[in-house]
Amino acid sequence: MRTLLYILSFAALIGLGFWAYQENYRTKQIVNEAERLQDQIAQARARLGVLRAEWAYLNRPDRLSELAELNFDSLALLPITPDQFGRMDQVDYPQRTVAPLVVTNPVEVSTLSMAEEKL
Amino acid sequence: MSNTPLRIPLRPLARILEAREKGENPDSIERENLRLRHEEMRDRARVRAEGRILVLGAMFALAFVTIGVKMWVVAESEPAEPRTSSAGSAIVAQRGDIVDRQGRILATNLDTFALYAHPHQMVEPVKAARELAEIFPELDRERLEKDFTGSRRFVWIRRNISPEQRQAVHDIGEPGLLFGPREMRLYPNGAIAAHILGGAGYGEEGVDAAEIRGTAGVEKKFDDYLTDPANGGRPLQLSLDLTVQAAAEQVLYGGMRVMNAKGAASVLMDVKTGEIISMVSLPDFDPNNRPPLPTKGHPDDSPLFNRAVQGVYELGSTFKIFTAAQALDMGLVSPETIIDIRGPIRWGRHAIRDSHYLGKEMSVAEIIIESSNIGTARIAEKIGSERQKQFLADLGLFEPTPVEMIEAPSGAPLIQKNWSDLTTMTVSFGHGMSVSPLHLAAAYATIANNGKRVRPTLLTQKAPQDGPQVMSTAAARMSQDLLRRVVTEGTASFARIDHYSVGGKTGTADKPKPTGGYFKDKTITTFASMFPANDPRYVLIVTLDEAVETSGDKPRRTAGWTAVPVGAEMITRIAPLLGLRPEIAPVNLAGITLTSN
Repeated sequence: MRTLLYILSFAALIGLGFWAYQENYRTKQIVNEAERLQDQIAQARARLGVLRAEWAYLNRPDRLSELAELNFDSLALLPITPDQFGRMDQVDYPQRTVAPLVVTNPVEVSTLSMAEEKL
Repeated sequence: MSNTPLRIPLRPLARILEAREKGENPDSIERENLRLRHEEMRDRARVRAEGRILVLGAMFALAFVTIGVKMWVVAESEPAEPRTSSAGSAIVAQRGDIVDRQGRILATNLDTFALYAHPHQMVEPVKAARELAEIFPELDRERLEKDFTGSRRFVWIRRNISPEQRQAVHDIGEPGLLFGPREMRLYPNGAIAAHILGGAGYGEEGVDAAEIRGTAGVEKKFDDYLTDPANGGRPLQLSLDLTVQAAAEQVLYGGMRVMNAKGAASVLMDVKTGEIISMVSLPDFDPNNRPPLPTKGHPDDSPLFNRAVQGVYELGSTFKIFTAAQALDMGLVSPETIIDIRGPIRWGRHAIRDSHYLGKEMSVAEIIIESSNIGTARIAEKIGSERQKQFLADLGLFEPTPVEMIEAPSGAPLIQKNWSDLTTMTVSFGHGMSVSPLHLAAAYATIANNGKRVRPTLLTQKAPQDGPQVMSTAAARMSQDLLRRVVTEGTASFARIDHYSVGGKTGTADKPKPTGGYFKDKTITTFASMFPANDPRYVLIVTLDEAVETSGDKPRRTAGWTAVPVGAEMITRIAPLLGLRPEIAPVNLAGITLTSN
């Protein structure tokens, strides 16, 4: 009986040691992974910052107005003027070409939500 | 058990018998043996105790050594970031961006490198100096050679270099040339809003990092906010609108050139919130490459000088509306009250005149519309100096503007210490007191906001300001009507533009000579306006420095000919950008012709 107890506890010791060893290495691996990801995040942030700066630089008003002037032939862009404001009824909307829906078999839905609530 | 010494009996029979025969006391033998045994026991106990003390001492020594070693390790080791912490709320150790009201970037950071040298590690210092001078033309080759071959162990070469330049330096292949990471403050829009942003430079500098500090403007004012890691890189949002600012600078620059002015300033303000939508001062500069402070000449002439905030000028007749508004508010006059304007008013050796003869008497409305100095001075007499001072102070004209710029306190108004009755009269039409265009914008915004005090701000506001009522709503409305009539029938007729109704007041003031007195041919011309006139939402101040309009027979220097056309052009250009709906002029409907029967 006592021998069995000794064998069992020794086996438990070896098992725990193995488990601890594994956990230790898995933790280390995950920490490395997390570090790698944080590194990537930092790099992505830096890249994003550069891209945002470049975007802002390329969209600076001076450059845009110069481009508008250079490409006046194809784009014909001019500063916005008060004449360009209009009223809703001045907008020439396209004519409705689809035939209006013909409803022949109406379904009563006003009670559906109440029925759902009861369910 | 075997190695323990044999126990010596206390009363050995042989010796007892022997002692009895000799007639001695046998008990003394027992006592003697007992004493010997006790001595032996005591010696053993002492040895054991001494051993224990030794072990204990060794243990303590070990513990102290362990703690000491750990402390030494902690003190000597390089600090390391916790490796397992989450990156969710990472501390962003960067200076925050500055964005406009729509989130467009006004200032951001760029990662670059600084170039430095360790001359003692150099292989070919002369060749390195020669090639560096080729890469960076502004570096002096002989100076570099002297630095590299001398006794110095550390030389800064450049603070910021581009990736291309870095590659070129790599290609030299000199091990003594080293790079340190740097952050560079970048203003992608160049000179736009330069005066407001100010600029930034390096503070504490090390090899691996350098601290960016604001040198002027918003950058310096909000240094602590921008560098606070607790903000997590949150940007600072200004109330400026980049598009409007760019358009305002463009139009104002054109106007400045056409009017031959040497400088110009404009302020566009939302009258409800006090937000500054655009603030321009010309000439301007590029904050990416901030020019050095002027060492000689008048500080106003430096492009660094912010005319809109720091430039305090006598803004002339634009002040008349304050006099009229106060008189209306106090019920002293109504717009129709007739005032005697015969002049000039003589006061000691001073005389108050109108620019030209305007008649014998005028109504208050006409005095504002035709801009009569004498009439305004007469109204100011009715008000009195104490009440006038109080009213101007309520409008914020006696203290520096509260705008969030480091330069704001330097734009303190110039006010005469001895406020005589003459001062009351001259100030009523804008002379004898100097304020900045921003002061004027805030005061006009107060009128446009139906009499509620408005304080200018550069930060976006969520709600209208709830300032104290400086004048009654009725008086403010009447003043707005007067300003509208100045445009429709008075001195600011050039501001009568299509699509928008503008109200405003002109102001022309001769520039004071540094030696005293006034220049005859140098003026500060101002147009203070609000639009749309029937329910003002924006205030625009345009100021031109030494403007002269030369299309006529003789040069014209009044605001009506210089500042007003520029202001009108700015409103035409800016109002659509602000999404302001134009007033639809009644158009003749096509196909409908009136015919008589």
